[in-house]
Amino acid sequence: MDNQRRKFLKMAGATALAGISAPAVVKLTASPALASSAPAGHGAATQDSHAQPAAHGEEAPKGVRLGLLIDMRKLYGKPELMDKAIAACNKVHNIPHYDDRKNEIKWIWKTPFENAFVDQSVYHSSKETKENDFLVLCNHCDEPPCVRVCPTKATFRDEKNGIVAMDYHRCIGCRFCMMGCPYGARSFNWFDPRDNIKEYNPKFPTRMRGVVEKCNFCGERLAEGLEPACLEAIKETGAIVFGDINDPNSEISQVLAKEHTIQRNSSLGTKPSVFYIV
Amino acid sequence: MIEKALKGNSAYWMWLAFLSAFIAVGAICYLRQFFIGMGLTGMGRDLSWGLYISQFTFLVGVAAGGLMLVLPYYIHNYKVFGRITILGEFLAIAALIMCLMFIMADIGQPLRGLNMILHPTPNSMLFWDMVVLLGYLSLNLICGWVILTAEKKQVKPPKWVYIFVYISIPFAVSIHTVTAMLYCGLPGRHFWLSAITAPRFLASAFAAGPALIVIFCLIMKRVANFDAGKEAINKLTTIIMYAALINAFFVCLEFFVGWYSNIPGHKHALEYLFFGLEHGGHVYNNLVPFMWTSVFLCFGGLLLFGYMKIAKIDNDLLVGLGCLAIFIALWLDKGLGFVFGGLAVNPLNEVTEYYPTANEIGITLGIWAFGFALVTILYKVAIKVEQEVEGH
Repeated sequence: MDNQRRKFLKMAGATALAGISAPAVVKLTASPALASSAPAGHGAATQDSHAQPAAHGEEAPKGVRLGLLIDMRKLYGKPELMDKAIAACNKVHNIPHYDDRKNEIKWIWKTPFENAFVDQSVYHSSKETKENDFLVLCNHCDEPPCVRVCPTKATFRDEKNGIVAMDYHRCIGCRFCMMGCPYGARSFNWFDPRDNIKEYNPKFPTRMRGVVEKCNFCGERLAEGLEPACLEAIKETGAIVFGDINDPNSEISQVLAKEHTIQRNSSLGTKPSVFYIV
Repeated sequence: MIEKALKGNSAYWMWLAFLSAFIAVGAICYLRQFFIGMGLTGMGRDLSWGLYISQFTFLVGVAAGGLMLVLPYYIHNYKVFGRITILGEFLAIAALIMCLMFIMADIGQPLRGLNMILHPTPNSMLFWDMVVLLGYLSLNLICGWVILTAEKKQVKPPKWVYIFVYISIPFAVSIHTVTAMLYCGLPGRHFWLSAITAPRFLASAFAAGPALIVIFCLIMKRVANFDAGKEAINKLTTIIMYAALINAFFVCLEFFVGWYSNIPGHKHALEYLFFGLEHGGHVYNNLVPFMWTSVFLCFGGLLLFGYMKIAKIDNDLLVGLGCLAIFIALWLDKGLGFVFGGLAVNPLNEVTEYYPTANEIGITLGIWAFGFALVTILYKVAIKVEQEVEGH
């Protein structure tokens, strides 16, 4: 082979390799996550976990941590209320409708107790527990496994309020977050969702094919001073309470202080921010 | 050297044409998926990883399996592997390229793939997997090509290349360890949440990779007048036996932990894979025949090898059949069962069975065919160079 061409190819290959890896190296070395243990921007949420006690310990609250409490006692025997909350979410967030389970997209949905609370016994469960469905949604964990596994920081924990959010423009659709989530809270857009949106809401972006999505605690509505759509839809029942669980004076903190609540899969150490009274 | 791949007999071109047909079908299937959506696959909300990722996982093992040639030759100076070490390195190159293709086939937004590099995320195991896979691919390209070039010029390989050879040894272990870590660090996925996942992956890799190399050697003996040597093949089958036995041992340990602890989450996936899982009045068992085929092929291959070694029988056909049996067994175990089994029961204790679609299988076969074509071309170059040097 021609010697010069060979040399050129070698150089070009090496340069291309260096060029591709350069941004990664630059970003990694510049990242505060590696530089110090101070809490940094998104993606670094899991980095400071070493300082905290193990799974069951109580840590000192810091900053705002939004949480949601579902008082199932007020929803027993009233599946239509749950449907109303779900429909409100679907409408506000332009969630497409698919008839088959396979392509389904859901942010909040209802499911039997044994599916919602897989680590709880259903042996001799009460009539109410047996006969009712339970509302489930993203738990906006304080230690979210989905954030830990995402290779692009497309899903991240917002340090300002504890919401686990998605950047639909960065997501590469690897679905690793769906593997990591122990709550099945995430959905993937197997097809173009825009074809299946019943009623388009221009105030919230539609997603594109090939990205993952999930409940965002209505971050966009909170910014406007509104409450989460599911809460608002059934506000008269008082079944859903939303607020800062780190603020002892918030409504949710006061309910939490008074009532015994349970969480989904609490043994996994994800520290969910969604609570249930059953 | 690549020009060696451009000259061949009609069988060579027929074989490449045969593979090209599959590649073409795969490419068309991929275009359909690219333009219509991942919904064309059998994956869904509950079972959101499927055939692509399972093939990826298996092929990382095939790539790592080359270590079983590199390590004895370069570390223990085991000269018998001298002629075939390059085959291990070239197989790793092809397998890794297939891995990257499967990853690209699997992601929903392939055009955003570079986000992995533009937004590097060290807490994601997928990031590290990319690092080690690209690292191992580069190392094999460098080592394979430089050493083969030196051989062609009939000079000793430059000393600096040995640094890369030695680095490639821990890298081979790392690619499969990190690939196992994709799975074994996920809360709520009980079947995968096992510290033995990485060792098990390595054991099956060290059987599957060499098994494939033996098969290729036996084929090339017939069609390309390339003889790896009896002793080399013999040693390889011994390695395959040990590795496959260790893998089977690890699988048995998983059974023990599941059944003796009697924790349902630990049993579900194994029940589903081997006996059928009853749930809500329905028995889910679509993988049971595959898994038992795997068991029988694995032990059949082991018994065959054992018998041949004790009775001192030397028969290429039997060796090839044994290797094929073990390779298929491990493919069924890791290339199907491990991923699908771990996902059959979702985090909400709902059971979903996975059936790949025709489009998905088309893409998968296309990538496999591409890999075989790549191996054919690389091996053609390697053995032509060796034969030229030996003066055939």
